[in-house]
Amino acid sequence: MQFDPHFALEILPALLRGAIITIEATFGGMALALVGGLILAMGRMSRAPVVPTLCLGYIQFMRNTPLLVQLYFVFYVLPLFGLTFNALATGIVGLGLNYSAYIAEVYRAGIDGVPAGQWEAAIALDMSPRHTWSRIVLPQAVPPMIPVLGNYLIGMFKDTPLLATITIPEMFGAAEQIAGVTYRYNEPYTLIGLIFLAMSYPASLAVRHFEAKTGTQRSRST
Amino acid sequence: MTWPHPFDLLPVLLQGARVTLEVTLMAASVALVMSFVVGLARMAPLRPVRFVATVYVEILRGTSALVQLFYLFFILPGFGIRLDPMTTAVIGLGLNLSAYGSEIVRAAVRHVDHGQWEASVALSMSPALALRRVILPQALLAMMPPFGNLLIELLKATSLVSLITLTDLTFAGSTMVASTGRAAQVWGLVLLIYLIMALPLGWLVRRLEARLSVYRLPVKT
Repeated sequence: MQFDPHFALEILPALLRGAIITIEATFGGMALALVGGLILAMGRMSRAPVVPTLCLGYIQFMRNTPLLVQLYFVFYVLPLFGLTFNALATGIVGLGLNYSAYIAEVYRAGIDGVPAGQWEAAIALDMSPRHTWSRIVLPQAVPPMIPVLGNYLIGMFKDTPLLATITIPEMFGAAEQIAGVTYRYNEPYTLIGLIFLAMSYPASLAVRHFEAKTGTQRSRST
Repeated sequence: MTWPHPFDLLPVLLQGARVTLEVTLMAASVALVMSFVVGLARMAPLRPVRFVATVYVEILRGTSALVQLFYLFFILPGFGIRLDPMTTAVIGLGLNLSAYGSEIVRAAVRHVDHGQWEASVALSMSPALALRRVILPQALLAMMPPFGNLLIELLKATSLVSLITLTDLTFAGSTMVASTGRAAQVWGLVLLIYLIMALPLGWLVRRLEARLSVYRLPVKT
């Protein structure tokens, strides 16, 4: 099966239209995950009785089951409870629910990374909790989080092909459709592989560059 | 024997879970071997070897696992290489995970104190011998917990093989939804079975981590 550059050029616009949906889903899912992760992280640090356990349970569940099956669950089961969105919104909800479990841990690790002495010093200086967070804790906790969040953004980007299985016509879905109609597999799948690489490789270089530049002294444990 | 209502789905799903475990174990073996080959190749003294290994890692990490599986499944036959779904799944997932695993190997070998290399040179060991007898035994300890986490990632990633017609747990779920229409019960049970398979692994990793930290050498920074 030869790679036919003319055919490749012909299908490129359809794939790029799919790529736009891929990018929409990635950023939509990430926005949801950033908020959801914050809620979960606060829930885990809360002093209310059941809340931390519930949040931990949610995080463990999401991290120990496959995203694909979670997407199926959201896609097939939410409508039974009268919750119907269009396919793309369902996909964004699925990605967001899954990644918020990971991102909650990023927030928590970032905040735990601020030495206890910083909190004590803030108390000694009689700073209000609001000031302690905005002037002392967050400025030290956020920079180490950024490369990690960047990696999760790239990870989510690479997970978007799963959305094709719940009828979202993103890039992989577009390639599948072309392959199904023309019986040519080489060009569509090679092209989307290249498009993925062309987007995620520079992004991962940027993350590494940022990591090196900020010289984040993260703990070595993985 | 008949099962009470939601659990009558279990026999079929558990058959799928068996395939899931088989794929996980076989792909893990491929991933483990390739992790060492590629991880060590990335530290090889020869520049071309390092370059090839780096390209391998960047391509496999830069594209989607699902795209890679489809590539093996649909495109290789066009070049005259025909693999059955199981082999495709094992090779595809094994190679994909090995890109991440090779980074674990590399980080763990780097993690070993440089003085250990110097001491090996002073004892006039060849680099290969030093690696085998001095460096790797220490690095292996540091690799265990991250490899455990990778195994959980692999277990979850095997759900993708349902899309290349392998009858794993997720595939069994799809067929049960198609034949019974009980989507909520089926997918709920499927999620639970994955959870039951993954949680003990996670627990093992944390035990291992706690245990190994006792032996960990003081790290020079």
